Amino acid sequence: MYKNILQSIDNIAIWPLISFVIFFLFFLILLWWTFTVNKKFIDHMSNMPIEEATLNPTTTGHEK
Amino acid sequence: MELEKFSYDNKIVKAFIIATVVFGLVGMLVGLTIALQLVWPIFNFDLQYTTFGRIRPLHTNAIIFAFVGNAMFAGVYYSMQRLLKTRMFNDTLSWINFWGWQTIILAAAITLPLGMTTSKEYAELEWPIDIAITLIWVVFGINMIGTILKRREQHMYVAIWFYIATFVTVAVLHVVNSFEMPVTLFKSYSFYAGVQDALVQWWYGHNAVAFFLTTPFLGLMYYYLPKAANRPVYSYRLSIIHFWSLIFIYIWAGPHHLLYSTLPDWAQSLGVVFSIMLIAPSWGGMLNGLLTLRGAWDRVREDVVLKFFVVAVTAYGMATLEGPLLSLKNINAIAHFTDWIVAHVHVGGLGWNGFMIFGMLYWLVPKMWDTKIYSNKLANLHFWLGTLGIIFYALPMYISGVVQSLMWKEFNAEGFLVYKNFLETTVQILPLHMLRATGGALYLTGAIIMTYNLIKTAYAGKFIANEDAEAAPLTTAAHGGTGWHAVLERKPLVFTTLALVAILIGGAIEMVPTFLIKSNVPTIASVKPYTPLELHGRDIYIREGCVNCHSQLVRPFRSETERYGEYSKSGEYVYDHPFLWGSKRTGPDLQRIGGKYNDSWHYYHMYDPGSVSAGSIMPSYPWLFEQVIDKDGTAGKISALRTIGVPYAEGFEEVANADMDKQAARIVENLQLEGIEVVPDAEIIALIAYLQRLGTDIKVKDAGVVANQ
Repeated sequence: MYKNILQSIDNIAIWPLISFVIFFLFFLILLWWTFTVNKKFIDHMSNMPIEEATLNPTTTGHEK
Repeated sequence: MELEKFSYDNKIVKAFIIATVVFGLVGMLVGLTIALQLVWPIFNFDLQYTTFGRIRPLHTNAIIFAFVGNAMFAGVYYSMQRLLKTRMFNDTLSWINFWGWQTIILAAAITLPLGMTTSKEYAELEWPIDIAITLIWVVFGINMIGTILKRREQHMYVAIWFYIATFVTVAVLHVVNSFEMPVTLFKSYSFYAGVQDALVQWWYGHNAVAFFLTTPFLGLMYYYLPKAANRPVYSYRLSIIHFWSLIFIYIWAGPHHLLYSTLPDWAQSLGVVFSIMLIAPSWGGMLNGLLTLRGAWDRVREDVVLKFFVVAVTAYGMATLEGPLLSLKNINAIAHFTDWIVAHVHVGGLGWNGFMIFGMLYWLVPKMWDTKIYSNKLANLHFWLGTLGIIFYALPMYISGVVQSLMWKEFNAEGFLVYKNFLETTVQILPLHMLRATGGALYLTGAIIMTYNLIKTAYAGKFIANEDAEAAPLTTAAHGGTGWHAVLERKPLVFTTLALVAILIGGAIEMVPTFLIKSNVPTIASVKPYTPLELHGRDIYIREGCVNCHSQLVRPFRSETERYGEYSKSGEYVYDHPFLWGSKRTGPDLQRIGGKYNDSWHYYHMYDPGSVSAGSIMPSYPWLFEQVIDKDGTAGKISALRTIGVPYAEGFEEVANADMDKQAARIVENLQLEGIEVVPDAEIIALIAYLQRLGTDIKVKDAGVVANQ
């Protein structure tokens, strides 16, 4: 039944192919980028939550 | 470079924190009430406003949108300012966001008990409130994007990406799923019907979990966990991959809520495949969270905030492994419609969302009030009560789910169902439901203790309404990032668009064929639109929230066709605006209830279920016998449905009431034969008409005429 539905769309076969190619390329490039990116940049990014711009930082209340 | 002085707005965070705590307590209390109702129907209080069917949506909406929603805003408003080194874009927008959201919650708390509901899970609110949600959400979005644009930090930390994805996706989901045809101010019909409605609803329902309960909380995890542990996230590289793969894959998995339904097989398979793929990004995120504590595990023993976070992230890991497994058709066949699903969502809700929120609050309140937590002992007590609460909640529900499912499917040597009477399977699991209520009570007790502790903490400290900070202004040259993704992080609008594209692809590939299905679905010639009386009955069924306990979907299993009758066909639902398949069988399926009992059975059963089925946990509906059908509304309903494609003849709305009187008179006559006197306008008559119609279309003589199949 569903084959008929899908076949009624023009050039249906190209759609999943295009999606797959986009999906695959994006993640390949993403992986390549994350593994080659400058270490300093990564350090800067990962320290963002810790580095405060706050003046007179308050006491961290939950510590004993 | 000259440093700029500015201040962070803590007041708005405080407001959202108060709302989080208040609505958390309310939502959990309603949850406990409905848990008790499932054991002792007396807790329905014989009031229409407090029956399970009406307040179960109140519980889910209160927890998702009021408790978790407010906590999300609190967490986002606090962390975003600090990560971007700027105050929120516009204080007025912040407060519109706050008061608008609370007004929506208030509207929900009033309309849901009154029975004003669309019946679509987690999207029950009627159309005027839907519009309000859209407006307030846009205000939040403008405020967020505005803040990002005026930031003093060149790159957007991963938490911000998760916030952006949350904003974009929830907006898309909410708008698409809320397409509805208004009939009156608080009544509308879903624009979609049957299978289509089901797919849109569960595309929404699944992704509401993904983008309201998960992505914002992953963002919060990436900020508060490093903050509380005072060490950077385990792998920032992993978090980048985590983000893109999670938002890309999540959006596809919705159809796993509709396995073995009449949804086309390809869509079901698509949902399964992507659900399994989801394990990778979900566990990537979980491990990234847990490994952040590498070398600091000793601190988890001391620090109650970290304790909550560790359990939360662990619960996330468990729920996100369980979810994909539940999407496998063989497991789904057992688990769907049972308490297993309830256990699953509560591991996520109580464990992941609840514990993330508690941990965050124990960290934020002392910080914002510049003091220490009032009592570490009480916080620890809360932690243990909460953890025990989760265990006491989840374990009995897992057992209950499996027990009931096995009982539903058990055949004897002669090939008959062993537990032919559904009620036997209900009575069996009641002790487990009592245990579940105990678990809920423990969890609520912990939350009450936390409330006391936080209030005491606040009183002991001094609230910092505006926290001073200074940072260098943003210049284009600062921190020259490397590569295209770093550039992307400097361009929030481009980033937002890409995130939108990522989530739209999955949605579109599921939706496009489904919208085309409308003209291709095997129609069944004998399936006709509901009569006006049945339509009124159906609206009463929706108003009373029957769908919360009764499915209308017979799956193609022998155990179900034996028990209920012929399995469901997609062509049977073409006039169902909205669909009423349900997601949980606390009571039996009703798809084939039509003609199974006589009218008087339904009459007595609705009046006092226990008198007809001894031991039933269904509430009584005495008001249906006093309230009369709103005949003035008939014409409007017919016209509205015609507009969205139900083939009522032109001018039918003029004679609809006459048609209704005729059908009502027949039912009244039937009841009279059994010695029951009832006025033909009573709501119960309409409900009986609807129940007797259910699933009978394909039994009509010459029903073999199945076009297109």
